[in-house]
Amino acid sequence: MDQVESESVLEQKYSRRTFIKGVIATGATASSAGYLFRGSPLLGAATVQTATERLITLNVNGQDRRVDVLPHETLAMTLRYKLGLTGTKLGCDRAECGACTVLIDGVSQYGCSMLTHQVRGRAVKTIEGLEDADTGELSVVQQAVMEEGGFQCAFCAPGFIMAMTEMIEVNPNPTREEARHALSGNLCRCADYDKILTCAMRAAELARSV
Amino acid sequence: MAEKLIGTDIAPPDLHAKITGRAKYAEDFRAPGMVFAKLLLSPMPHARVRNVDASRALAMDGVIDILRASEVPSREGPREACLTDNPRYEGEPILAVAAVDEETAAAAIEAIEIDFEPLPFVVDPLDSLRPGGPNAYVDGNQFSGQDGWSAFKWTDADFATIDAGGMPDPACPVEWTKGDPEAAFAESALVLEETIVHQSLTHHPMEPRSNMCYWEGETLNAFVSTQSSQQSKFALAGALQIDPENVNFVSEYCGGGFGSKIAGTTVMQIPALFSRKINRPVMLRITRYEENYVGRARPGFQTWLKMGFLENGKCNAIDLIIVQESGPYGAGDFNTAGMVADLTYTPQNMRFRAVSMYTNTPPKAAQRGPGGAQIISMMEPILEKAGRELGIDRFEMHRLNAPGPDVEFGPRNATLTSVHAIEALDQGREMFDWDAKLAMSGQRNGSKVTGIGIGLSPYTAGSRGRDGMMVIRPDGRLYVHQGIGNLGTHSIADTARPAAELLGYDWEDVEIVWGNSTRGHPRSTVQAGSQTTTAHTRANHAAATDALRKIRAVAAATMGGSPSSYRVDSGRVTGPGGTMSLGRIAERAIAMGGEYSGEVLPEDIHAQTVPAAQMLAGEGLMGIARDNYGGEGNIYSWVAGFAMVELDEETGVVELKEYVGVTDCGTVIHPRSLGAQVFGGSIQGMGMAMTQRWVFDPQWGVPFANRLYTARPPGFLDIPSDLKWGAVNIPDPQDPVGAKGIGEPPVGAGAAALTCAVADALGGRCVCRTPLTPDIILAEIEGRPIHGRLDQHVG
Repeated sequence: MDQVESESVLEQKYSRRTFIKGVIATGATASSAGYLFRGSPLLGAATVQTATERLITLNVNGQDRRVDVLPHETLAMTLRYKLGLTGTKLGCDRAECGACTVLIDGVSQYGCSMLTHQVRGRAVKTIEGLEDADTGELSVVQQAVMEEGGFQCAFCAPGFIMAMTEMIEVNPNPTREEARHALSGNLCRCADYDKILTCAMRAAELARSV
Repeated sequence: MAEKLIGTDIAPPDLHAKITGRAKYAEDFRAPGMVFAKLLLSPMPHARVRNVDASRALAMDGVIDILRASEVPSREGPREACLTDNPRYEGEPILAVAAVDEETAAAAIEAIEIDFEPLPFVVDPLDSLRPGGPNAYVDGNQFSGQDGWSAFKWTDADFATIDAGGMPDPACPVEWTKGDPEAAFAESALVLEETIVHQSLTHHPMEPRSNMCYWEGETLNAFVSTQSSQQSKFALAGALQIDPENVNFVSEYCGGGFGSKIAGTTVMQIPALFSRKINRPVMLRITRYEENYVGRARPGFQTWLKMGFLENGKCNAIDLIIVQESGPYGAGDFNTAGMVADLTYTPQNMRFRAVSMYTNTPPKAAQRGPGGAQIISMMEPILEKAGRELGIDRFEMHRLNAPGPDVEFGPRNATLTSVHAIEALDQGREMFDWDAKLAMSGQRNGSKVTGIGIGLSPYTAGSRGRDGMMVIRPDGRLYVHQGIGNLGTHSIADTARPAAELLGYDWEDVEIVWGNSTRGHPRSTVQAGSQTTTAHTRANHAAATDALRKIRAVAAATMGGSPSSYRVDSGRVTGPGGTMSLGRIAERAIAMGGEYSGEVLPEDIHAQTVPAAQMLAGEGLMGIARDNYGGEGNIYSWVAGFAMVELDEETGVVELKEYVGVTDCGTVIHPRSLGAQVFGGSIQGMGMAMTQRWVFDPQWGVPFANRLYTARPPGFLDIPSDLKWGAVNIPDPQDPVGAKGIGEPPVGAGAAALTCAVADALGGRCVCRTPLTPDIILAEIEGRPIHGRLDQHVG
């Protein structure tokens, strides 16, 4: 039963709508009163006292990881607080900034807007998984960023680098304009966009030469 | 010969950690037994807590304890405490709850019953200036240490003028005059009078101000998101009234601050106090929603401006009145705005009046280019308007009004160490191809109109007299100890370059030691006001000079000959007695002791440097010195920005097409990083002027825009596709390195180039308010009133 349910979830697009439906389906109660008058919403979602954790297996950076997960827990929180993968940043908690971008089966997704239960059976890749596990060699995107001296405060960097990793797969030979659009789901408050774009173009160039 | 380090692109040494996920920002630290705190934020802009019933919350499984305002340090007057029972803005933290996980803490917050007594509030400073208007505090709207609270009001006559759209002549607590403005206006060929509204807006750095703390006996371990490092440690110790040497302060990375996290943050006290109370590590994760409230904001300005011009285009008189929206705890932007106006337009005759008004809106703080960015973005279009009316090329208007090296500005006739604003303008003119672009001004493409504009923006860019400290260890490497914070500007590495170059080091043999007070940090500046590059290239240069002297003395003592006959390069010292590696020299220095190994310290270093130096004494050859290079005058940098936009008259949407930024910031140390600062600051300025909108509900005093998407910083698709930068690269003559800071000035340049270009696309009409969102531009095009009742919060 669980298997059937989770597969039907997986078949859907990971839209915000799906995310919200997922939260509701797992028993969380939306507390609009708290949002309006207390002003301290957690992840913009509900708080749940009765929800129980469940042990599941996640494939993260090529490894199977067993982890206890609440029904409504977001992937970003699981990665950061249960799997020790703090490279994935929380910038806004709510799909506005892209700092928590990770790859799910190679597709960039906001980790704050995915339920951890949604990624069972999928390959999750985070910033910590880009280096070669054996040699420590940086990925082409990381190499490009090193060459071009990308980013300032770099809080957005992990998310951007994951988005660039997807971009060079989808469009190995982008124009600057295309790269700009491919990365427009990520925000850089230092506004280091010009240099980030140069990194992205260099990453594509390095990828083509491999 | 060792490599040349000044003027070259070298990736900062922390980049590898930043791009592999290893870099630890405050929220990335964990400690055994760590629990989570959540804040209860005030739902009202001004209130008094009558009663708190936390019994249900405290009875919940997993809830550990509550921290109340009575348990945190507080002071009388308009001063902020980290928790309060007397909130003065919506979102002010009332109390905190700790629980085993964040969800439980948040659930507990919702189970707390609070009885609030709502109090009168003010979001628009003009409301508080009106006779009979409300005040932000129960006891008034102005505070002085001597006289306490008072209520400051303008007269009915002042408001009759304001309401009729005129420039008032009000009394103001701050006022200075130079020259004879009235006589000068009488001589002006053109006098322009404008009403200006500049919004306030929140900083929104990418990393919210999360912190984690725990205690080991009397020692506080604090993991803090802050722009500065050494000074933030002392700020935290001061706030908690504990011995600074009992604080282990970790601030390895900061995900942006832009003035909102200068010497730490107010909320950093909460996990420190809470963890002491419950004797467990406490993580306070600040969400984006909370960041909007507690994360600081740029003060808004309500301004009246009169500007006089001679027939040749020279500005000869300014009369400027600023009402500042200062939040509940004040801010100083208005003073800088007056100075910057005088410096940029050199009128010789100026009257400046200002009043800073407390309001019940989130607290204000310096935001990149504080005061300067607001006033430049609003005055530059008026300068260009004067050019149009006088028939003078707009570029020439900027150039002929810009200051030269003998400029004196402000009420006390301040001077500058160097100024090359005119060179920056000239270089920008070439790079932007002003003449060709001028031909495109006003061109139509369907409903889109092309506009071009220029913004010239100065800002303070340095300070003097800080300490530098470095150690050459027996491994031969140079360890530069930096008390400055790692806020994303690369200055932790770049300010060490002149020292490394002076000592003939290859960069790969230099270690930067930063972000952890247990490793020893000298007294430093705060990372604010673009001081760091100047202050710490100087301090490190001084310390390296000290190290060089000691290396030569140790070499001469060991190998014979005079110290001055020894040369240092590529990790070796060579002279008449032979050659030694600097690793060997370090061993000899340890053996010789005294000043060589830091056992004896210079007498003029700051008291805060001494314990850090004592910690490192005996570990190698120590270079340590105070920056005694001295200097006269203020250190200012400049950016000249040139922008081209397309304004769609049907939708009101403005698209940035091209931008050129050219800076005068002295010697260029790190070109690629400098370019990133010029662009980043300029784009932030464009966000301030166009995309970020912070709007309040005047009836309830609460912000409508409380997340990123409602006060949206520029994204990838908002920036010009064609960006260029340049630098005049003329060293500051009073400085051993010649470098000046760059953080602040691009903000005003980017914002003003945009506001001027928009005015140009509108056929020369100054909109004179921010943000230039489509609705405001359409209102301007349609001739509808855009200033409303002159409040910057109501859109």
